Amino acid sequence: MPQHRLVNPMVRNIMALKRVALVRQAVRIEEEIKQGMKKPYNEVIDVSRDNPHATGMKPMSFFRQVIASCIYPELIDSDKMPLDVRERAKTLLECIGGSVGCYSDTIGIPIMRDSVSDFLTRRDEGVPSASGNIFITHGSDHGFGLLLKMLVRGDRSPSVGVLTPVPSQDFGNATLVASGASAVPYYLDGQQGWRLHTEELQRALRSAREVCDPIALYVINPGDPTGHVQSRESMEEIIRFVYEEKLLLFANEDHQDILIGEGCMFISYKKVLAEMGSPFSDAVELASFHSSSKGFMGEGGLHGGYLELVNFDPSVQIEFDRLISIQSLPIIGQLALEVMLNPLQPGDPSYAQYQEEVQHIRETMVHNVTRALEVLNSLPGISCEPIKGGASMFPRLHLPHVAIHQAKEEEQLPDFFYCSRLLEQTGLCVCPGSDLGLPEGTYHIRLCIMTSVDTMEEVLRRLGKFHKQFMKDFS
Amino acid sequence: MSQKEVNGSSHRGKVLTLETMNQNVRQVEYAVRGPMVLRAVQIEEELKKGVKKPFTEVIKANVGDAHAMGQKPITFIRQVLALCAYPALLEDDKFPEDAKLRARRILDGCGGQSIGAYSASQGIECIRKDVASYIEKRDGGIPSNHENIYLSTGASDAIVTMLKLLICGEGRTRTGVMISIPQYPLYSAALTELQGVQINYYLDEDKCWGLDAGELRRSLTAAREHCNPRALCIINPGNPTGQVQSRQCIEDVIRFAKEEGLLLMADEVYQDNVYAEGCVFHSFKKVLFEMGPEFSSVVELVSFHSTSKCYMGECGFRGGYMEVVNLDPEVKAQLTKLVSVRLCSPVSGQALMDVVVNPPQPGEPSYATFTKERAAVLADLAEKAKLTEESFNNVPGFHCNPVQGAMYTFPRITIPQKAIDQAKAAGQAPDQMYCMKLLETTGICLVPGSGFGQREGTFHFRMTILPPKEKLKYVLEKIAQFNAQFLQDYS
Repeated sequence: MPQHRLVNPMVRNIMALKRVALVRQAVRIEEEIKQGMKKPYNEVIDVSRDNPHATGMKPMSFFRQVIASCIYPELIDSDKMPLDVRERAKTLLECIGGSVGCYSDTIGIPIMRDSVSDFLTRRDEGVPSASGNIFITHGSDHGFGLLLKMLVRGDRSPSVGVLTPVPSQDFGNATLVASGASAVPYYLDGQQGWRLHTEELQRALRSAREVCDPIALYVINPGDPTGHVQSRESMEEIIRFVYEEKLLLFANEDHQDILIGEGCMFISYKKVLAEMGSPFSDAVELASFHSSSKGFMGEGGLHGGYLELVNFDPSVQIEFDRLISIQSLPIIGQLALEVMLNPLQPGDPSYAQYQEEVQHIRETMVHNVTRALEVLNSLPGISCEPIKGGASMFPRLHLPHVAIHQAKEEEQLPDFFYCSRLLEQTGLCVCPGSDLGLPEGTYHIRLCIMTSVDTMEEVLRRLGKFHKQFMKDFS
Repeated sequence: MSQKEVNGSSHRGKVLTLETMNQNVRQVEYAVRGPMVLRAVQIEEELKKGVKKPFTEVIKANVGDAHAMGQKPITFIRQVLALCAYPALLEDDKFPEDAKLRARRILDGCGGQSIGAYSASQGIECIRKDVASYIEKRDGGIPSNHENIYLSTGASDAIVTMLKLLICGEGRTRTGVMISIPQYPLYSAALTELQGVQINYYLDEDKCWGLDAGELRRSLTAAREHCNPRALCIINPGNPTGQVQSRQCIEDVIRFAKEEGLLLMADEVYQDNVYAEGCVFHSFKKVLFEMGPEFSSVVELVSFHSTSKCYMGECGFRGGYMEVVNLDPEVKAQLTKLVSVRLCSPVSGQALMDVVVNPPQPGEPSYATFTKERAAVLADLAEKAKLTEESFNNVPGFHCNPVQGAMYTFPRITIPQKAIDQAKAAGQAPDQMYCMKLLETTGICLVPGSGFGQREGTFHFRMTILPPKEKLKYVLEKIAQFNAQFLQDYS
């Protein structure tokens, strides 16, 4: 191999995601539209991933007023902004050294870490949280990636393994491969609302031990794109499992803020762990992730998140500090986190509007889920389960044999074949389920439902029209 | 109840321990935020608690954080970013039209007109196009393609990404990367973490930290015995050394890279920070293309820039980019793939980069103010650079090269043998001991030269020139006093 072609094998091993190919296709289509090419649609709608603002959800006004005032403090002195905005901006600026342009401590601004631990103590109804165990991140994937760096063993064989759920968001697995760890899939039960069965974990672990050294279990709760919310019982089973098998537990809890199902409750892994008492509560090494990228805030572009370490070896935590000391964190992302975790109180001038905006987001999501279920389940060859949380629907496609055959002729995975034609013919971009690790034989698409009501109508209209035609064409 | 239950977890080992964790991480050192800073923070706590000390504040002259040291943000930049953050302000006539124009352009490139939406992983296209135009203009028309631009989380992220991409092989074929000594410790830290081989080439302190092709050759030849050298990193203007490389020198490096088949990584984050008479910033790209197609069509070059330095000093936004030139198409595809599976860089940082590459032009409402503010920041830094150099060269035992550019001074200091012995006995680098004592005595936090690398037997420290002039004068005085006392104590 010539010198100038040498590339890190870990990078080579990353599988190009089909969603990325679709995005490229979408960019090409948008360019063609700009050039005036005639199409049956005026614009591409991309619901292939959870990107609420791009699909019509609005940012929270209070938060944006606060950061604008922090960025341009002249606004603090004017009376254009409500009083609570100005006061919050003033307080925050003092905490961050006077300017959003300063470097942040690499573990996060101290006041932010305090804020996070206060929030966690409140959220978990008294289960204590220490700010020394809080590390600010760019978001949950970033936090996950940092922890992976702590686990991998370079060239030492066998590689470490992390049990990861299937189906799950694409980035998680690429993060694993790029870090040099082995991703060990465990399959959620599609017949039972994507439940996690301990027997399946056992199976995955047994098979993993033949090829790698499994060291951690990664769970996503609420699940995305599966939309399932774990019961306390299920969570306790998981905790018992990791305790017995001596695994680290990584819990991505990004979607904790908005639940849809009736009577559905989010409990954190931290709380369940604490309430199980000894020997679990002081032994299981748990890392929980959260961010301001999802939920009401939807501020993925601003990179605010945190992780909390529970029961980790203190000297390992010091090494973690060392690892993250190299690169600094964005300030604005931390402000997003801060406002998310310390929202307004009744009586604050902006409280009413804030509540209205939260309510609107909640209602929109419920509406979108209802409409999506209605429309999708009325179509032949699609079945869609209700979701309890998360931001995506994950309908199953019952593709005709002819279509599957055609896809294989064109050397494409059948669900990608479907998605690519959908995009070309209707301008609608959704994510093929095969990107999320599902084995051959079942086909899904993932579409994000954090969109405005109008956008969702349009999404369902385009999808419905295309799907009917597709089923006819390939019958 | 079993013994185990009574004692809880004490009989049960942790899953993740110092032994089971990634051993490379344990070797990582990043002196800029290392033990000196930990102690400085402790001292600040002590001061807050009312502990009596010979000083009233800790002065953090260790990290290049301009705003923390009182440098003012550029008004125009903050106006555009505030408009992007809260677009309702576009209706506010207190904001100038040219700021609104840029904000609208940026928001049009964002999903749903929001900086909170994820962008394409490589960065918002219109911003990459603006970066490419800026580079073309800066380099006298040499074309730049926006597909070769990757927006990143500060320059650091792009540098680490490239290193990650390149490092492969095992044993004797393990990738080696040449870095200048003294160096900015991001490079050594990243190489440690990624298990790349660090190949040191020494800058010449007697020639104002100039680069010598002979030294490059020496270092490379030695390295070929135990690794596969693949890349050469150069920081220009330099950190911590502050030199601005001459055009001749840049040509020499490019020639060397071509002869030896090395990829050049040019860290140019201080490109606007040039102070000394007769010094000019030459971008590696410009020089490469002006050397003609024999070089410009062959030499692999990656250039890095950031929004953290120059006249902006916006470290907290994490804006940056890299431009790749002449990468093998397959390698570029792998790079694009690596970037595509990660999230985009913070959109607020991308927006900031757009303003930096698209500043007010003559005739626009904000032009006069912008130009004035920019000039003031750079003039202030230039003045402080000169003041620092003069001051330190009057300190017995100090030798301070001119601070031609960047934001730091890196004087060579004299440490008496007695002090060296004491330090070695304590397992400390002598300049670390010096800096620790300085911190305890004066509250001034610097970074010891050992954190950057230096020729054996020489000692240095790195200090930023960022504190406001009066404070800087105070710092220079205190260091001189401390040094005199130190030399006396250890004579």
